[in-house]
Amino acid sequence: MKDKLDKAVIVQEALKELPSSTRRLFLKRTLTLGGLSLLTGCTVTDEDSAERMLMKISRFNDNVQAWLFDPNKLAPTYPESMITKPFPFNAYYDIDKVPEVNGEEFKLEVSGLVADKHSWPLAELYQLPQTDQVTRHICVEGWSAIGKWGGVTFATFLKRIGADLTAKYVGFKCADDYYTSIDMPTALHAQTLLTFTYGGKTLPPEYGYPMKLRMPTKLGYKNPKHIVAIFVTNTYPGGYWEDKGYNWFGGV
Amino acid sequence: MKPVHQITHPFWLRLNHWINLIVVVIMVLSGWRIYNASPIFDFVFPKGITLGGWLGGALLWHFAAMWLLFLNGVMYLLLNIATGRFKARFYPLRPRDLIRDLIAALKGKLAHDTLTEYNAIQKLAYLFVIADVILLVMSGLVVWKPVQFPLLRELMGDYDSARIVHFFGMVALVLFFVVHVVMVALVPKTLILMIRGR
Repeated sequence: MKDKLDKAVIVQEALKELPSSTRRLFLKRTLTLGGLSLLTGCTVTDEDSAERMLMKISRFNDNVQAWLFDPNKLAPTYPESMITKPFPFNAYYDIDKVPEVNGEEFKLEVSGLVADKHSWPLAELYQLPQTDQVTRHICVEGWSAIGKWGGVTFATFLKRIGADLTAKYVGFKCADDYYTSIDMPTALHAQTLLTFTYGGKTLPPEYGYPMKLRMPTKLGYKNPKHIVAIFVTNTYPGGYWEDKGYNWFGGV
Repeated sequence: MKPVHQITHPFWLRLNHWINLIVVVIMVLSGWRIYNASPIFDFVFPKGITLGGWLGGALLWHFAAMWLLFLNGVMYLLLNIATGRFKARFYPLRPRDLIRDLIAALKGKLAHDTLTEYNAIQKLAYLFVIADVILLVMSGLVVWKPVQFPLLRELMGDYDSARIVHFFGMVALVLFFVVHVVMVALVPKTLILMIRGR
């Protein structure tokens, strides 16, 4: 049985999460066709209901994607010769705003539906079995780039912390105030890695030091960088871009 | 032989056609906004003629209207085949008829007076646009879900080439749209036909 997402709750949560000014901006932008409303005579009330309808369909698309997602289907891997150089920097801010994380003091927080809630220093994370893969990163904007990430299989980490693997969501909080969340089946996918290296070297700040969750089965904005806290929950956690209107599941 | 006021375009077909118009407009205009977020070529579409306002809004429109495009398209194909309309309207499409009609069209003498039958160029154009929409759906599936549809992905080359196929599928659809509207303007009774059915 695939993870069934509670549609009504998600819509409610997603709408609640949007601060009213952002929401107004969002729906105005959504419905603007060159300064004119798409449908002539469209009032603000109509825009509101149009936005609600679009968000509901987006939640429906989450369910369709959860159903389409095959835990055993692997994303293509590529030879190292195909790695995109330089790999593009991408975030919701410019490169000079990349957060500086002190690796010596750093501890990864773990909370929610897990047995072992102790915080993890980097040295301890580095002791977990490491693997790497060369996969395609696909941005929601359409561009894509191939890179090589290395780290621990996320399923291994989740089992190590005694996570409730029947829970619906795994949420992430990041040093750059970014946040996102994913479904449990994707969290347990064989190619979902909690990565500490890029191109065989310690993950540089611009690519997400100290760690990035790398999922070749999801769009770029679902792959959080600079992760400082991980939690397992059944309450929809949303995400930075998801709360602004990007599709939550974001699978490829 | 039935009298001339017989229904040429049944109700389901007319409904199907006008739903398709709305859906295609939404898909193309939101698609242009999505394209603008990461242009494949050295140009972007003027923001004023795109739909969605920003990338997130355009994606919401695109991935909502896609269901209508898909369901409406499947209904069109099923009903066309089940009612025998497909065969009656498109068969046969012979190369020599096509050459004859092409020459006639270039001379400006293409017969368009029997509304109950398509000439060879119409047959080709409509079959082309059906194939084009199928190509758009297939390449769109690869752009949306390259990992979940590995066979389609291989067929399109890879993710990046599927984007290019999707783009040119859109170009072909827009070209068809323009020619189609021009032809309707030249033979306005076809517009009445698509509204009233006869």
